[in-house]
Amino acid sequence: MTQIELRGVQKWFGSNQVIKDMNLDIADGEFIVMLGQSGCGKTTTLRAIAGLETIDEGDILIDGSAVQHLKCSDRDIAMVFQSFSLYPHMTVYQNIAFPLHATRTSSADADKRVREIAGVLRITDLLERRPSALSGGDMQRVAIGRALVRQPKAMLMDEPIGALDTKLREEMRAEIKRLHVRQGSTTIYVTHDQVEAMSLADRIVIMHEGVLQQVGTPEEVYGHPENLFVAQFVGSPVMNVADAKVADEGGKVRIHLDPADPGFEFPRELLSRLNGHAAGGLKVGVRPEGILVSHEAKAGYVPLEAQIIEPLGSHDIVDLKVGTGMIRARTPSGFVPKVGEKVHARIDPAQAHFFDTGSGKSLGVRL
Amino acid sequence: MAAVKTRSEVALNRTAIVAVLVVTIIFLAPIYWIASTAFKPRHLATTIPPTVMFEPEIGPFVKLFLRRSQLREQPTQEEYEAAPWWERLVFDGGEKVVRDGRGEVQLSGYPDRFANSLIVAVVSTVLAVGMGTLTAYGFSRFKVAGEQDWLFFILSTRMLPPVVVAIPMFLMYRVFGLNDTHIGLIILYTAFNLSFSVWLMKGFIDEIPKEYEEAALVDGYTRMQAFFKVVLPEAVTGIAATAVFCFIIAWNEYAFALIMTNRKAQTAPPFIPSQVGSGLPDWTVIAAGTFLFLLPVAIFTFLLRNHLLRGMSFGAIRK
Repeated sequence: MTQIELRGVQKWFGSNQVIKDMNLDIADGEFIVMLGQSGCGKTTTLRAIAGLETIDEGDILIDGSAVQHLKCSDRDIAMVFQSFSLYPHMTVYQNIAFPLHATRTSSADADKRVREIAGVLRITDLLERRPSALSGGDMQRVAIGRALVRQPKAMLMDEPIGALDTKLREEMRAEIKRLHVRQGSTTIYVTHDQVEAMSLADRIVIMHEGVLQQVGTPEEVYGHPENLFVAQFVGSPVMNVADAKVADEGGKVRIHLDPADPGFEFPRELLSRLNGHAAGGLKVGVRPEGILVSHEAKAGYVPLEAQIIEPLGSHDIVDLKVGTGMIRARTPSGFVPKVGEKVHARIDPAQAHFFDTGSGKSLGVRL
Repeated sequence: MAAVKTRSEVALNRTAIVAVLVVTIIFLAPIYWIASTAFKPRHLATTIPPTVMFEPEIGPFVKLFLRRSQLREQPTQEEYEAAPWWERLVFDGGEKVVRDGRGEVQLSGYPDRFANSLIVAVVSTVLAVGMGTLTAYGFSRFKVAGEQDWLFFILSTRMLPPVVVAIPMFLMYRVFGLNDTHIGLIILYTAFNLSFSVWLMKGFIDEIPKEYEEAALVDGYTRMQAFFKVVLPEAVTGIAATAVFCFIIAWNEYAFALIMTNRKAQTAPPFIPSQVGSGLPDWTVIAAGTFLFLLPVAIFTFLLRNHLLRGMSFGAIRK
């Protein structure tokens, strides 16, 4: 049972504040992924939980007791580094056994646990090797083994597969998920890769410039981004976002993304739901799959010209010209045969997101 | 292994081999000279041109270790025949072995001076490298206020030729009673080598990723344990290289040893030239002393040669 709680955590590097009033509750056994660009404070937060960085204000609680003044050796937390940090002068076996010697585990017991964890990670035949003789994936398995062998209260991972190539990364992602299901230890995982975050996390914590932006399940952060940053950071290709003008045109509500475009039709209830925000700055966001396309003219669909087609195999990403701007749509493969063709498109109102231009916050309007 | 292919590469390769051979011969010539002189009979030591072919003998080494004095009159036949082989060697050189009242053979000053050299060089090297490593670790891993200034200050202690302060040092040592003591020389040599050791070790420790210690810290070790269990094994290469340099400097030091010591703590360098024999300089004995003096550094360097070649244990961290 390990809960981790951050309360009002602040951290400065000189005059630069890298963690701003961070509050977070992590439940026992949860797999939390901290997602953000490099320099957003996610790694610093992780290192603060591990005890490798001090914090300037706030509390870090593990199972209800504050640990921010404890040395990291007293926190009983394990960490996997991006660089793996295997001790080069020790064999794989010695590397994995190393944390056990710190706790004065008897050598028979240590041996049993090293072999057990090596079995789980399928590295039993590598135990006598030196780290320098291992492949990237095996190094990472050893690093995870070293972290797990002590059965720590929590497991921290700092971009553990960031240094691997794509294929291996996918393999190891599945492996980490499998291990988590099996071991069930509370895990905090830091990455800048949103695919990793979506596929691994129970909940994703999105950070930007030291500020926590949103905490939620992968579905929540993808489906209901709380602000423009989250909306554009999560999801690939990036969500279309444009300044929007809402026009009430005799019974029909249209949203113009550009003075020159014919306007996208929306249900009338949008007006009441926007509640006055329509007058000020409004941004509308829609993911490429939220653009509905058709070959034939349909009610509410507007004809748009395809400017760029990116065939991705399973589907295409098509850039459609809207006035002087562009909107990206996800279409079935080969739906638009060539650049310059017109297709009929509309914004699916159910998949549209509305943001306040000034604050960037979501207006929470769901149609 | 890249195979040598083109004709110009072959030529370049051969030129390089010849150049290396020439340089090696030039470097080794004085060592050969000393080593061969140490085994020569006395009358062949100073011939011009030098004698290359001779029957090696052990006489110079025997003389090196024994206290001798000039023979006033030749030993009688009985005396000569009763003497052990090593004493006869001394008689052959026109000298005799000095004995005390009870007839015990007196040793020359060389073994003591050699031992002094070993004590002073080993202890000062251990101290300089040990303190240097800890200091370098501190500078490398922690934020030290005025770090650059401190490091410059440490380096600046090497900017003055040490001999310049020999006389003030001598006077200070006299006040503190450190003249002609092992501890006095050890302090001096440690101080000489410390700045060098700090700078060299900082370079090596900077190259050890700090993730190793961080991993050890989260693995449940204290900072000190992490230092000894993770940093030191990784720094062995640097420690070995630094130790070799410090040892050579302490081992070879002449000026201070000459000024600060005279008997009790005198090291070999000022002693060897003073042993020019009881009559004319006996170059064979001096060569023997020099030759033996050369061995510890050669052995020490040879033992650590693998560590002096860098890059053994690297590659276990992904960057």
